[in-house]
Amino acid sequence: MLASIAGPALAEGGSLQLHTPDGFLTPAVALIMWAITAVIVAIAIRQTNKSLDERAVPLMGVTAAFIFAGQMVNFPVAPGTSGHLLGGVLAAVLLGPWAGTLVMTAVVTVQALLFQDGGLVVLGANIFIMGIVGTLGAYAAYRSLAAVLRGEARGRIPAAAVAAWLAVMGGALSIGLMLLVSNATTLETMGFIIGVHALIGIGEAAITVAALAFIQATRPDLFRLRDAYSPVGVGAAQGA
Amino acid sequence: MDHRPVDDRPVNRPKTGRRSSWWWIVGLAIAALVVIVLAPLASRDPDGLEKVAEERGFIERAQDAVYNVLPDYSIPGIDDPFLSTILAGLIGVSVIFLLTVGLGRLLARRRAPTEKV
Repeated sequence: MLASIAGPALAEGGSLQLHTPDGFLTPAVALIMWAITAVIVAIAIRQTNKSLDERAVPLMGVTAAFIFAGQMVNFPVAPGTSGHLLGGVLAAVLLGPWAGTLVMTAVVTVQALLFQDGGLVVLGANIFIMGIVGTLGAYAAYRSLAAVLRGEARGRIPAAAVAAWLAVMGGALSIGLMLLVSNATTLETMGFIIGVHALIGIGEAAITVAALAFIQATRPDLFRLRDAYSPVGVGAAQGA
Repeated sequence: MDHRPVDDRPVNRPKTGRRSSWWWIVGLAIAALVVIVLAPLASRDPDGLEKVAEERGFIERAQDAVYNVLPDYSIPGIDDPFLSTILAGLIGVSVIFLLTVGLGRLLARRRAPTEKV
């Protein structure tokens, strides 16, 4: 069964590459993205240092491990086209936006350094796309949506679903713009990139919802670790 | 000394029932299962960006990596594609887990301020 499905695909020499390779972006664009990413990751380190509770550390490790594993599983979205998990919203909902950004930064960096997935020159751009737009940015959308839905307790799942889709769309828009500025694409091509990611985003929403629903059903207390460290202590996080 | 079970330390535990502190091992096992069961079944079709790059002719801009460690989520020298993918994935899961836990321990606050005595 296993061999009959995956055998031919593997034999054909298909690829598990996921992220932007070196060469897609001009050195100038790659350098600017490195600079922006470095500043925001530095802020994320500072903010995490101020607010991450030590009890959330194992969750940080498990979330990162799961996102790495999930990103290996490309799912078909259209004939001859696949997509895969991003995971930014999942990380930010569980760990908060700053620790979430650091988790995504770690995942994307290990993929580039160890697995040659995503270039080194464009690593800053890849971290920006997935760890900043797809995590920090999408978390802002998640909080706004959850507020509209009268709180995270009620709105967690639907807000995360929409935010997960938006995360992928934001990532697609970012890489589209970077490619456009790098003279690699036209506006029309950017439209194709965004179009295919509208489909991938549905998969992103489904996986994010499944993971959060699983935690909600089995260990809802893990949702409180994100805000466990606060000046008013654990009690303040109870309403989350 | 109080007589609460070890499991019920005041560490964000809900008031209903006892909760295991082994959850993170279950979480890691789920990540490992994703690698073992699902990763070998992953679609090998190009992903959205790569597909558009192929169709719109900017895929040629892609440069090869300057060095290889575990290229394309496989272990060089292990010919069986399933075994190669699974082992490379498990290495990745382990490295990422240790790296982020290390980073977390470096950055995390020891305890909530209200718990200071």
